[in-house]
Amino acid sequence: MTAITQPAEVSDQGHGLEGRNVSDAAFRGVLTVCAAAIPILMGFLVWELYAGSRLAISRFGVRFVTTSIWDPVAEKFGALPLIFGTLLSSLLALLIAVPLSLGVAIYLTEFAPERIRKPISFLIELLAAIPSVVYGLWGVFFLLPFLRTSVFPFLKATFGFLPFFQGPIYGQSMLAASIILAIMVMPYIMSVSREVLVSVPNSQREAALAMGATRWEAVISAIVPYAKSGIIGAIILGLGRALGETMAVTMLIGNRNEIAASLFAPGYTMAAVIANEFSEAASDIHFSALSYVALVLFLVTVLVNAGARILIWRTSRGGPQGGRGI
Amino acid sequence: MTSTLEIPVMTPPPTPPIPVPSRLGQSPVKPRTEANYAIVVKDFSFHFGARQILDGLSFEVPRRAVTAIIGPSGCGKSTFLRSINRLNDLTPGSVYAGEVLVDGTSVFAPATDLVALRQRVGMVFQRPNPFPKSIFDNVAYGPVLNALVPKRDLPDLVERCLRAAALWDEVKDRLEDSALGLSGGQQQRLCIARALGNQPEVLLMDEPCSALDPIATQKVEELIFELKQNYTIVIVTHNMQQAARVSDCTGFFDRGILMEFGDTQQIFTAPKQERTEAYITGRFG
Repeated sequence: MTAITQPAEVSDQGHGLEGRNVSDAAFRGVLTVCAAAIPILMGFLVWELYAGSRLAISRFGVRFVTTSIWDPVAEKFGALPLIFGTLLSSLLALLIAVPLSLGVAIYLTEFAPERIRKPISFLIELLAAIPSVVYGLWGVFFLLPFLRTSVFPFLKATFGFLPFFQGPIYGQSMLAASIILAIMVMPYIMSVSREVLVSVPNSQREAALAMGATRWEAVISAIVPYAKSGIIGAIILGLGRALGETMAVTMLIGNRNEIAASLFAPGYTMAAVIANEFSEAASDIHFSALSYVALVLFLVTVLVNAGARILIWRTSRGGPQGGRGI
Repeated sequence: MTSTLEIPVMTPPPTPPIPVPSRLGQSPVKPRTEANYAIVVKDFSFHFGARQILDGLSFEVPRRAVTAIIGPSGCGKSTFLRSINRLNDLTPGSVYAGEVLVDGTSVFAPATDLVALRQRVGMVFQRPNPFPKSIFDNVAYGPVLNALVPKRDLPDLVERCLRAAALWDEVKDRLEDSALGLSGGQQQRLCIARALGNQPEVLLMDEPCSALDPIATQKVEELIFELKQNYTIVIVTHNMQQAARVSDCTGFFDRGILMEFGDTQQIFTAPKQERTEAYITGRFG
């Protein structure tokens, strides 16, 4: 056999250059369809939400997000307390979760003995895998009684002069929901910020220490600033999770549609009202109002995320990793 | 490469010296014989776990001069350098034996204040590692951290350090820009300026030019030559021409042992040890 005849044979069998171009194009086409599915799905989702809530939009318009009465019998719907509840519970959750998570992440990367770093990181990641309804049950059976008998009375006695810690203590409350949310988002913030801190190059650590920084000063003045944009990314991940969390919040927040100054008072969130009332929505307008709530929740989430991303983009300009990993 | 390297004579342009606060008062009783030495190494050994890295080093590093440490990869040069400011402490399993004295004070004594030690003994690393902060904040890092000068004197100090690091003219109009926007050579000179910000007595340089191009290398070498008027410099280098050009004394390390220590001229022209000659003529390493 001569070398000249060989390529012809190969090409006849369909393994020539031409065949490869075709398979490449097909592969590329399949991947393009996969990628295009995301914006299409997104558009479909928004359209569907809009279509479902058209009735409520035409009846209530913008007043829907500025009024507070939610009365399915009288067919009056105002979602302001829901928006307030969603934002406040998420914000409080972050206030509790961020310092704790960062503390754990810094401890694990900088101070913990080598042999316990891996097991603890693993446990943290395991926490993130627990279904939210389990957190909710735990909240109802353990956390609520504990808060009602120990923590809330203490807060009331100590900080009772503030309007946030006044009024009757039921247990189910904005604060209880925020605490369970904090517990739920902590694993996310912890494990992502731990990874970001681990990826800070050793040269930065050494630079700070060689300048006479203590371990603690090195963390505060060099390591955390280096990881800043990644840590903000971790917090946003937690925020996104807190905004949309439904089950555990519904079980602990008390589900009352009003804006109260006191954190001991029950509240309501957008996700919780949808979960509670969707299966029982009797009238078209009730159904449509719930759809409208979903649309608002979607918009709030998008706005908050966009704002947070702008924040990252601003802080990471000229930074080391340009908002890497977000 | 031959064993008769020429040592070029550089004439540094005059620069205003950075006033170095005298800390001699801290240990008033000092043996006369050690007064001229900034660092005294006495029978110093070092282990990582069971592995011996350095074995029985003894030599003296002269004050306000450049001392080069040369030797093949893995001979313990960097480990030695990082012992002087105890940066090896970060690695678990580090064990010291013997003595390293900086200005007569033992580096390993339990009472030694690491923060004060590292402020007096600055370090420049192999790769430029500026903080992702502004140029100004990089130089001001040490003075702010260690509260060395009142806040209003900071701009002055930063300018002096940047001038001493021969970087001032290049960055004076963009002190608030990120240090990461500088070129590699500028970043390394910024790291030197940052180390000077602490007003140290000793500068440790761990292959400071290995990540730089030839022109940037030349600038850093000129800078080292100038800095020795005010600072004691210990430089680890793989580049033998560099050692010959910038240093006054040279120590040759081989497999954790100090094979030879002496005047750079003597080491490079008339080495006493066969092993030294073999290394500097490029027969191994």
